[in-house]
Amino acid sequence: MNTIFRLTIAIFFLWVSNVNCQSEMVLIKGGTYTPLYGRDSLQVTISDFKMDVYPVTNQEFVAFVKEHQKWKKSKVLKLFADGNYLFNWKSDTELDPSQSLKAPITGISWFAANDYCECQGKRLPTIDEWEYVAMANEKMPDARKLKNYNEYILSWYEKPKTFNNEIGSTFKNYWNVYDLHGLVWEWTSDFNSVLISGESRKDVDNDSNLFCGSAAIGATDLMNYAAFMRYAIRGSVKAKYTMKNLGFRCVSDIENKQ
Amino acid sequence: MKPLKYITFLFLFMTFTSCKKEAITYQCPMQCEGENTFTTEKGSCSVCKMDLKPVANQTKKIVTDEISDESIFNLTSKWNTEEGKTIQLKELKGKTLVMVMVYTTCKAACPRLVADMRSIEEKVSKNDDIQYILISIDPETDTPKRLKEFAIENFMDGKQWTFLQGTESSVREFANVLAVKYKQISPLDFSHSNIISVFNSDGELAHQQEGLGVDNKETVSKILELVN
Repeated sequence: MNTIFRLTIAIFFLWVSNVNCQSEMVLIKGGTYTPLYGRDSLQVTISDFKMDVYPVTNQEFVAFVKEHQKWKKSKVLKLFADGNYLFNWKSDTELDPSQSLKAPITGISWFAANDYCECQGKRLPTIDEWEYVAMANEKMPDARKLKNYNEYILSWYEKPKTFNNEIGSTFKNYWNVYDLHGLVWEWTSDFNSVLISGESRKDVDNDSNLFCGSAAIGATDLMNYAAFMRYAIRGSVKAKYTMKNLGFRCVSDIENKQ
Repeated sequence: MKPLKYITFLFLFMTFTSCKKEAITYQCPMQCEGENTFTTEKGSCSVCKMDLKPVANQTKKIVTDEISDESIFNLTSKWNTEEGKTIQLKELKGKTLVMVMVYTTCKAACPRLVADMRSIEEKVSKNDDIQYILISIDPETDTPKRLKEFAIENFMDGKQWTFLQGTESSVREFANVLAVKYKQISPLDFSHSNIISVFNSDGELAHQQEGLGVDNKETVSKILELVN
C-alpha cells in the first residue's frame, strides 16, 4: 500500500511538471504613470494583469508551429509575414543548430505573435502595459530616473546578437519579470498606434505630440532617449515585418472577481 | 482491488486535467451543413446520410482554396454592417474594393477623407462591381445603428457603400494589414493615418492613396483599370 502511495506522489509531481505547459506568469499590480508618449502625453492608468516571466522561446514556438500548420515557414501567408519569417530555421519544425531552444523566438511577425498569444488564451501587452513593467529595475517599480538603469539599456543597444542568449540571462525586475531589457525587442498589441515616421509629416491628422521634431526636443535626457528608441522602432515596423532581434511575450487579464 | 482503484482514479484525474483539451470534432464529408461540426463519432449527416468523418485541424483552410497568399480574404474576423448583417470579408470577393478607416465622431480629417471617397465614387461612374467600404476604428461608439445614421447624413446610403463595425482586435488586425496607424487620444478622438486602399476582386492590395484632399486621378484610373 505504502509503495503505491509513494508511487502516486512521484507520478503526480512528474505530471505536474509536465502539464505545466502554460509558461509561467506573474501578477503585475496596476498603477498610474507617465509614459514617453501617452494619450495627450498625460498619465496612463494600468489595471492589474498577468505577464509572462520570460519572452516566448524557440522551443515553445516550435511546439506551437507543430500544432498550428499555418504558421509553418513553408505555409505562412504572405499577408501575415514577410520573406524573412523564421529565416534561420533549418526546416518547418527544426531550428538551426546554432539556435538555442532556450533563446527567445525572433523573426516572427506581429500576426504570428498575436495568434500565438490568442491560442494560449492570452494576448499581447499594450505599449502602455509593456512600458509600465519595463520601467522597473531590480528593486524599484519606476527606475527611469536612475542613471544606471538607463545606462544598462543603452549599453544593451550597443551589444550585438543578444537574441542568441538564453531567457533568464538578464536581470529579474521588481515584478519578477526577466529579460525586458537586454535580450530582444518585443512586439506589443498596439504597436501601430505610434505615429512617428514619415507619415507624421504627410497624412496623419493629429500629430503635434508625436512629430519627430517635438519628440526630439522633449527627449533631452537619457531617460527619454532609451524609450524613444523603442517607440521609434514601433513606429517604423509593419505588422508583417520580421526582425531577428524582435520577439514577444504574452499577458493576460485578471478574471473578474465576481 | 485497492491499488487498481488508485491507479484508475489517478488515470482519470490526469486525463481530465491535462492542459490539451482537444476534443475531436466530426463533420459531414460533403459539408452539406456547411461548417457545422458534431462531437459524436457515430452518426450520419442529416442531409446526405453519409457517415461523419473526423475533422482535420484545419477546417478553415478549405474555404481559402482559391484565395491567394496576399488576399485580405484570408482574414476570418466577423464584421457588422450598417444594415445589421454580420459578414466576413471574403463575402466581398468578386468586387473591386475601395476601403478607408474612419470614425463617425471625427471632426477634423474624416469628413475630408469621406469627401475624398465620395469624390472617387463620383468620378468612377456607377458600377455594380465596386464596393466602397468604410471601416470604423472606434467599434465601441460606432454601432451599426450609428453607422447607418452616418451613412444617411452623408448621402452614402446607396448599396455601393458598406460600413463595418469590428471588434477592437479585429480592427487592430485590419489596420495592420492596411498599414494604417491609429491611436485613441481621448474617448471620442483618434489620430490616424489617412489612407484610401484599393483591392482587386481577389482581395489583393492594388493601390494606396495617402494623404488628405490629394489628387485622386491615379486612384480613379486604378479602379477603372481593375473593373474593366
